[in-house]
Amino acid sequence: MINYFKFLFGVGLFFMAGLVQAQDRPTIEIDISGGVIEPIPVAVPPFIAETNGAQRLAGDIASVIMADLASTGLFREIPGTAFIGAVTNFNAQPVFSDWSVVNAQALVTGAVSTGADGRLVVKFRLFDVFAQTPIGDGVQYAGTQENWRRMAHKVADTIYSRITGESGYFDSRIVFIAESGPKNDRRKRIAAMDYDGANLRYLTDDSAIVLAPRFAPNNRDIIYTSYESGLPQVFLLNMDTGRRSQLLDNATNMATAPRFSPDGTKVVMSIIEGSNTDIYQVDLNSRSRIRLTNSGGIDTTPSYSPDGSQIVFASDRGGSQQLYVMSANGGAAQRISSGGGSYGTPVWSPRGDMIAFTKMRSGRFHIGVMRVDGSRENLLTASFIDEAPTWSPNGRVLMFFRETAGANGAPQIYSVDLTGRNLRRIDTPSFASDPDWSGVLR
Amino acid sequence: MKLVKTGLMLTALLALGACEGRDIFGGGAGAGNNNGVAQTPGGPIAENSLEYFATEIGDRVLFLVNEATLGAEAKRILDAQVTWLNRYPDRTVVVEGHADEQGTREYNLALGARRAAAVRNYMVSAGLLETRLSIISYGKERPLEVCSNEACWSQNRRAVTVVAGGLGSV
Repeated sequence: MINYFKFLFGVGLFFMAGLVQAQDRPTIEIDISGGVIEPIPVAVPPFIAETNGAQRLAGDIASVIMADLASTGLFREIPGTAFIGAVTNFNAQPVFSDWSVVNAQALVTGAVSTGADGRLVVKFRLFDVFAQTPIGDGVQYAGTQENWRRMAHKVADTIYSRITGESGYFDSRIVFIAESGPKNDRRKRIAAMDYDGANLRYLTDDSAIVLAPRFAPNNRDIIYTSYESGLPQVFLLNMDTGRRSQLLDNATNMATAPRFSPDGTKVVMSIIEGSNTDIYQVDLNSRSRIRLTNSGGIDTTPSYSPDGSQIVFASDRGGSQQLYVMSANGGAAQRISSGGGSYGTPVWSPRGDMIAFTKMRSGRFHIGVMRVDGSRENLLTASFIDEAPTWSPNGRVLMFFRETAGANGAPQIYSVDLTGRNLRRIDTPSFASDPDWSGVLR
Repeated sequence: MKLVKTGLMLTALLALGACEGRDIFGGGAGAGNNNGVAQTPGGPIAENSLEYFATEIGDRVLFLVNEATLGAEAKRILDAQVTWLNRYPDRTVVVEGHADEQGTREYNLALGARRAAAVRNYMVSAGLLETRLSIISYGKERPLEVCSNEACWSQNRRAVTVVAGGLGSV
């Protein structure tokens, strides 16, 4: 029996235990802040099924963990066909030579069991194969069987965090617009899925145009634009109950581009009054609104800083569309974009230090990032249309949509690292646009 | 609502005939010409019909990239629309503003509103009662033409006057 393993049991859906202790400072480390990264080879052999009911999930959970890690581009999978050893006893020290000989630098072992009440228990350990030492304590999660993917994501988040020093983001969701039909008669529905595309479900039908859903900080309410009452208006929808309501009753002007404040008590959005579009803050309790901008131009796509004190938005008040930052109470705005071309859809990073945006220049669209003061602009992508970035909960990855050109052109969701590496398409059953990334689920 | 749909179908038909390189910025292409729809069987089009409005008067004006300014040709069409509408005072109109795909979604929604408002403001100044008019923007959500070059984009940067109400407006 290895004595560093600590069992900790949860009461709620999940319980997470054991942070890395000082003496367990990992020998494998990835600095993901820059430079070329050589992916770390990792082996995740099938978890041990400790009860009969856990047989199928034991392999599936290991697969999800491996897929999570590999999707970051920071880890490389050692395929099961290369394994020469197997893990048969979760509590025995692994035979490290079996794993070093297949060049695995990190090894994840785990076990899955189902209780009499049907609850699923997943436990795992992470090892540095070359140093022949554990990285951090063993951890155990308990939950319902239907949440097995979330438990796998929690395990992968912990592994990611121990090796990179950054918080994980795999146990998170995306809301987006699922699109179908020809380009001149596109049908749109709001859909939600896990960050990796699993567990997709539709939240609205396609009877009205719907645009740009955004999560509330509670990851359960969303806000979006819909044409269901005729004019485009802002709606709230609870993902648990399916209940939805229009934000402003008796609204006669078009409204669009809503986002929640970081504390979830307010919404910032655009109201269109004739040729003029300005930004308003709406209190969710009283539904009273305060006008934040007063330019004659189009002011839209506002996004709060994570501390709620500032708002970044796009405006064409100076001619072309550019990015501006103002106090969350409105007032004077400072232009931050300066690189030529026009800019839209700014989104403040969850870390607070960067702004992601869409840039249009010379007939091309880019997803880019810049410091909050507009310095160090870095374009991460380029294509016919790349639009509407959203940040991963840890601020290291962006999702956006890429639309292809032509009569059969259609959008799909992609992810890319903050460094511009690891561009990946997110698999969805239909065309997909306007992604919004939740926070890490609780 | 049924009437609005009929209007949209007509305009879609029209645009098919409108794509072969005329002055794409003049405001007149795609409407006000005899192309496409004029061969309606059964003789002349009734002057009070929606079809007449769409084909003979012209139900849309076009815009330059990122612009909401009305050119001379656009104003001529809108003047004719106002004259027609004042002859049939039971009609109401919704002006739909649209943008091409070369812009971000939310900005284009506001840009479409700017175009629709420009049409509304012009028509009101030309003598149409403001209460007969409302506007809506579809941004880049409802392209008429689906290719990804200027030939299509120029047709999609449009404001369409959709007529409703009145008798015999089939």
